[in-house]
Amino acid sequence: MSFVEYGDTIKDGDTAIVFLGHESMFPVKVQHGTVTQTKYGVIRHSTDLIGKKYGSKVTCSKGGWVFILHPTPELWTMNLPHRTQILYSTDISIITMMLELKPGSIVCESGTGSGSLSHAIIRTVAPTGHLYTVEFHQQRAEKAREEFREHGVEHLVTVTNQDVCKNGFGVSNIADAVFLDIPSPWEAIGHAKSALKAEGGRICSFSPCIEQVQRTCLAMEEYGFTEINTLEILLRVYNVRTISLQIPDLGRAAESNSSTGFDSSSPSNQGSLCTNLQQGTVQFKSGVPLREMVGHTGYLTFATKS
Amino acid sequence: RKIIFEKQWFYLDNAIGHIYGTTFEVTSGGNLQPKQEVEEATAETKEAGTDNRNIVDDGKSQKLTHDDIKALKDKGIKGQEIVQQLIENSTTFRDKTEFAQDKYIKKKKKKYEAVITIVKPSTRILSTMYYAREPGKINHLRYDTLAQMLTLGNIRAGSKVIVMETCAGLVLGAVMERMGGYGSIIQMYPGGGPVRAATSCFGFPKHFFENLHEFPLSKVDSLLSGTFSTEAVPSEPEDNVPVEEESNGLTDEKQIPLQETEEESTTEAAMDINQTEDQETMDLSAEDVEFKENKEKENKENVREKQRKQWERRKKLVETAALLREKNADGVIVASKFHPTPLLLSLLEFVASSRPFVVYCQYQEPLLECYTKLRERGGVVNLKLSETWLRNYQVLPDRSHPKLTMSGGGGYLLSGITVVLDKDKSDSSNSEALKMEEPSSKRCKVQDLHC
Repeated sequence: MSFVEYGDTIKDGDTAIVFLGHESMFPVKVQHGTVTQTKYGVIRHSTDLIGKKYGSKVTCSKGGWVFILHPTPELWTMNLPHRTQILYSTDISIITMMLELKPGSIVCESGTGSGSLSHAIIRTVAPTGHLYTVEFHQQRAEKAREEFREHGVEHLVTVTNQDVCKNGFGVSNIADAVFLDIPSPWEAIGHAKSALKAEGGRICSFSPCIEQVQRTCLAMEEYGFTEINTLEILLRVYNVRTISLQIPDLGRAAESNSSTGFDSSSPSNQGSLCTNLQQGTVQFKSGVPLREMVGHTGYLTFATKS
Repeated sequence: RKIIFEKQWFYLDNAIGHIYGTTFEVTSGGNLQPKQEVEEATAETKEAGTDNRNIVDDGKSQKLTHDDIKALKDKGIKGQEIVQQLIENSTTFRDKTEFAQDKYIKKKKKKYEAVITIVKPSTRILSTMYYAREPGKINHLRYDTLAQMLTLGNIRAGSKVIVMETCAGLVLGAVMERMGGYGSIIQMYPGGGPVRAATSCFGFPKHFFENLHEFPLSKVDSLLSGTFSTEAVPSEPEDNVPVEEESNGLTDEKQIPLQETEEESTTEAAMDINQTEDQETMDLSAEDVEFKENKEKENKENVREKQRKQWERRKKLVETAALLREKNADGVIVASKFHPTPLLLSLLEFVASSRPFVVYCQYQEPLLECYTKLRERGGVVNLKLSETWLRNYQVLPDRSHPKLTMSGGGGYLLSGITVVLDKDKSDSSNSEALKMEEPSSKRCKVQDLHC
């Protein structure tokens, strides 16, 4: 296993994702002799995990079972230990595309935080690219280094423990892209510019508040960035359900029931629709939005140095 | 070569040798290279009103007539100067607020100062362009949705990915960009051959195509059932178009709404403009020149060595079939005009376990059905039906707000992860699995009731 390469079987030392069902999962570090407790019982790593295929169903002691999944940056994002507020895959995906990241890209990031975005960047720039990530909090920087080692991606990333607003990224004229997720990004725009390649590159800043965006945009303009563009992306998830609605009894005679238009040839069909005349209900499939959704994560401001 | 873009025509010869991101001004027929940044025409705009209580729309605020402006234009006067003239001859300009003055200048600049920036092709640029100019060609796949697909599909160097798309090759190009020439891609195509119009806009180096394989969709069934043979492969793509289309038709084609084909024809008109833009990027990358040469060569060979080509096609097909037969692909990306359910149910057979898959559809309903069918089949977890919303902002001092118009829809995605499929215990374990995954067991009931 590695975060940048698929493996077929589970090996000692791997990080694997235990999938309990319905969005409930957690990561485990696979080790000989170790056991993991789940609500379906105990998983013994030596016998239940090591040597099995990723994606296998593993039966736990109480007879219940779980699936063991190969780690990906997206699964990691959903399961990582939070040390800070993190970026989720929806934002990460648009950042990756808008920064034009691809294998070979050199990227600067600050702060490292919990490493959610870092893993996604490393995945995308591997095997020939590199990530320079700056974190001013010493323990977080240490922890991130440790994780990258565990996940087999340390050769693709350099963690620096310093203040990006004061000391910059520690590199100059080598980056294709810069990403900022810090409280005062406008103070780091100058450093970002010098970290980017002389022939140009892309920059992105993530800020929750519009005031931060405003100051960042002004700073970007001042430093000669072009194509400044601010956007926001929201994810809407739908539950797939079969809904049944009762047909109101309008006192009509029984024989006219069949001609009420609720048959499957109705043009207003939503998915597969069927009528149960005995119960007087109509069934249809619907994508129902979740009762609550994430309304705002942050504004993403992109710009080009050319 | 002459190129038309946004009602302007020009030659690209002068643009060669400049770095990407250089801005050009159009003169009569050629390209001129102005400075990167024109100093802001600060002028005497300092004088400004505070509100518009005294500004009346009498249609006479601009003292220059339509003919005057045309005369200025015909004289070949710089656009910047025309704008200055317009400002000086506007009686209300001084009374406008500072912000309104700004807006006025910007609007006029847009009209009279034609500048073009030439940029390097990338997924970002091309997907934004296609969505804006020819959404019908890419099934209204918005660029943020494409971004989601690449991330959810864990597309990266070294993978073996199956792509089924009818988005002019845009999705394929995006996948190729993310894979950087490492690993392999198998493109499933309907009809006589894969469409790669958008793919060629990326200007990928030649070696990216070495591990790009293609396989006809109409042979998938025979490959799965083990009756696949190369003898059945038609010799010329042109010959087999009608045949394959028939077999593709199935029930899928009927389910494509009529309006889609109508939309397609209306976008045809817009295509001309777009094509020129494509060519603009094509001309600039040396790789594409190679491409063209290749094509010409191929045409010559076509006549002389038909048989050799046929043999090569067959060999390639056998190779691709072998790749698929391993059934260890690292993911599936589907974004087509076809009904997604049969596509996914078949293509998932070729995928290893614990690998992601993503299906795009412009409409939600087919994905609802696909979701249900996948549940019945089993072998998948973490199924998610989603959509993204994208909102652009205007950020200016004291004038920040969401942009007035936003896109109404960018399509829907169904994603999930494959797991090992239990083949011995089928139905009983299936419903058990459902119960476990859905503690509410609501969806179980749903399935039983499904008719």
